[in-house]
Amino acid sequence: MIEKRKDIVRIKNCETVKLNRIPVLDYDSFVDLNSFFLKDGTKHVSHFFAFPSGKKLRLFSLIADDIAGDIICSSSIISTEKPLPSVTALHHSFHPFERDIHEKFGVQYTDHPWLKPLRFPAGIKDKKKIADYPFYLFEGEDLHEVGVGPIHAGVIEPGHFRFICNGEKVLHLEIQLGYQHRGVEELFVTKKRLLERIILSESIAGDTTNGHATAFSLLYESLCGFKAGEHLSFVRTLALELERMAIHTGDLSALAGDVAYQLGNAVLGRLRTPIINYTQSWGGNRLGRGLIRPGRTNFPYTAELAESLDKIFNEYEPHFAEMADALFARPSVQARFEKTGVLSKEDILSMGAVGTPARSTGVKRDIRSTHPHGYYLSFKHEPVLLPQGDVYARAYIRGREIRQSMSLIRKMIASIPAADKNVDLSDKKCAAESLSVSLVEGWRGEICHAAITDKSGNIALYKIKDPSMHNWFALAMAVRGEEISDFPLCNKSFNLSYCGHDL
Amino acid sequence: MESIILIVTASLFFTGIVIRVKSIAAGRKGPGILQPLRDILRNMKKGSVYSETSGLIFRIAPSIYAGTLLTAALCIPLGDRPGILSFQWDFVFFVYTLALGKFLMVVAALDTGSSFEGMGASREAFFSMLMEPAVFMVMGSFAILTGKTSFSEIFAALHGSGISNAVSYTMAVLSAILIMLVGMVENSRMPVDDPKTHLELTMIHEVMILDNSGFDLGLIMYSSCLKFAVFGGVAAGLFMKPGAGFFADAAIFFLVQFCYAVFTGFMESFMARFRMKNNPQFIYTITAATLLIFIGAVHATGIAGGKMPW
Repeated sequence: MIEKRKDIVRIKNCETVKLNRIPVLDYDSFVDLNSFFLKDGTKHVSHFFAFPSGKKLRLFSLIADDIAGDIICSSSIISTEKPLPSVTALHHSFHPFERDIHEKFGVQYTDHPWLKPLRFPAGIKDKKKIADYPFYLFEGEDLHEVGVGPIHAGVIEPGHFRFICNGEKVLHLEIQLGYQHRGVEELFVTKKRLLERIILSESIAGDTTNGHATAFSLLYESLCGFKAGEHLSFVRTLALELERMAIHTGDLSALAGDVAYQLGNAVLGRLRTPIINYTQSWGGNRLGRGLIRPGRTNFPYTAELAESLDKIFNEYEPHFAEMADALFARPSVQARFEKTGVLSKEDILSMGAVGTPARSTGVKRDIRSTHPHGYYLSFKHEPVLLPQGDVYARAYIRGREIRQSMSLIRKMIASIPAADKNVDLSDKKCAAESLSVSLVEGWRGEICHAAITDKSGNIALYKIKDPSMHNWFALAMAVRGEEISDFPLCNKSFNLSYCGHDL
Repeated sequence: MESIILIVTASLFFTGIVIRVKSIAAGRKGPGILQPLRDILRNMKKGSVYSETSGLIFRIAPSIYAGTLLTAALCIPLGDRPGILSFQWDFVFFVYTLALGKFLMVVAALDTGSSFEGMGASREAFFSMLMEPAVFMVMGSFAILTGKTSFSEIFAALHGSGISNAVSYTMAVLSAILIMLVGMVENSRMPVDDPKTHLELTMIHEVMILDNSGFDLGLIMYSSCLKFAVFGGVAAGLFMKPGAGFFADAAIFFLVQFCYAVFTGFMESFMARFRMKNNPQFIYTITAATLLIFIGAVHATGIAGGKMPW
């Protein structure tokens, strides 16, 4: 039984709420309330951001309640002039959000333990240069520092990693990001056309195209008061699950590659291709660009598509099963995966980590099961959980999730809902002075999009949270006490997004 | 004289065969056998780029490294035909010539001032140091067994001169396997190091040569091929009967080299590499296994005091 409280408002996933319905608390009780909610580990921060109104800032806190399946909203109005106590001091999972607020609006915190720049956004007065990042330092001659990046050895994305090591052992890792900052959140406000915005959402993180595009579409449809039909939800769910299968397969291949298990690397790497090629044959792009549009779909799903997918799965399944079984049973692979990069459940809860890393410590965080939307409402999703929190667990969960997605897709394509009428939402008025939130379980974990509209229904603030935001810190914790040579393996087992974090 | 020609010939194809085996095992088309050679030639045609922080050592190290390997290769006999350099205790010279090359590579890596290369240098030096006893245990045991102290004399006396074939061939097979494993560790191959990885933090040998380019890199790449052929050559010598014709010896030589390359290819295809901190255990295991050869040698010669049944 959920107690009725006056100081919060509970909303469902993909719901729009009028701003004046969200209670405004004084800052002290706001801090107490939000840290209190996170105490028992069944709730986590989905978003925490500031909305400037005049000289004041209105802070919004969105806390996902995994048991009740809703989102707890509360707010507080603060002035930027005098330093404030931080929520982070009471619960660490707020740290990236308060750093963002500090960086953008110059809010000073008296007791924030890690008040460092997050992304180095443009247009901020007395902006810090990325080269002046205040790294954690040590004195003395016993330890040494290893700096990696910002140019990645495999030339993927830029980020700087600084290790403090004692011989081969990592004592501390600091991850400095922000090289990929493009001002995505601001672009959502300045770009007015719907097509521009949806394309923008597809570019938040290229490997989670379907995840972010779905999150934006759900949010925008909720703002317009549009309810997606069955076929539309079907298409989005199918796209999300195909994306999960493809990326997880690629990740398992890369994990095998990182421990130099050539067979796994080659076979799983090959198996990713038919899945993304199928996405291309469906929507014209291997990553699913153009597939998801608010209110409509340009690529309705047909029985012929289902037939060819079935054929692809029939070939994929035995090969995948054989290779995955061999990979997880190979003693030399187990020797590398097991007890490497271990995170405890307490670590995960205190950092607010989501997705595979959270599930690998037995924390049941999966939006498909706790905050389902669209097609996911029609069945009960059971997330795969493991207790040990090491690389093996993160890899094994990926393997299981691929099988889970495959059987879900098989069930889905057995009965394709009839195509809905496409609706053009581009001229539709959005709800005025409202907050809209959407949560989507991307393959990496929980994606949260939130938007606030002004009096005339224009988007005044757009906030994005990629699962990487919390999980980067979890990675830094996972490699503590490990050998530095195991860092690439740990990193790959998280496979976080640089651009999704930097926005 | 013949041996150096055979070793150089084998070195041209060795890594090519390893790569070919790996690509077949992974079901890939893969590059041709000559691809590593082409890469080496391509690099050798290029000029080298040197960073401002590196000094003279960094410039001369690759050439000296290649030089030490060639010198070491000159010590290897073909059965009872001595190598160009052949003298008493030449196997000690062999081991420390290789060590000299490695020392220069380590110093050159430190010369770059990069934290990566320092890390790689420390790892390489550490693992080579652990590896040294194994080589001496093997060669020393054969010296005890045959009473000879140079490569060619040991190989000439091993089979068919008073020691029963059963003993000599058992020891030869065991030693050949161990020598091959030593060669893989020395060459920083699987399961100790992964030559294919792009991840600097996990590399041992590759991270030391990150700053080398062009001709220098080509030399280092060729030296690595040569190193395989040299260790393969030592292993092959253990099976050659004195008095057999050149062609018989050459056939054994290439057969052993081929098996070694295929073995390396399979190893790199079907297992994951070790965690860095487990590498010393692997090397100790090799060293421990060399004790078997030592015990065998001691028993066979009767130094232990008892008369052997054979």
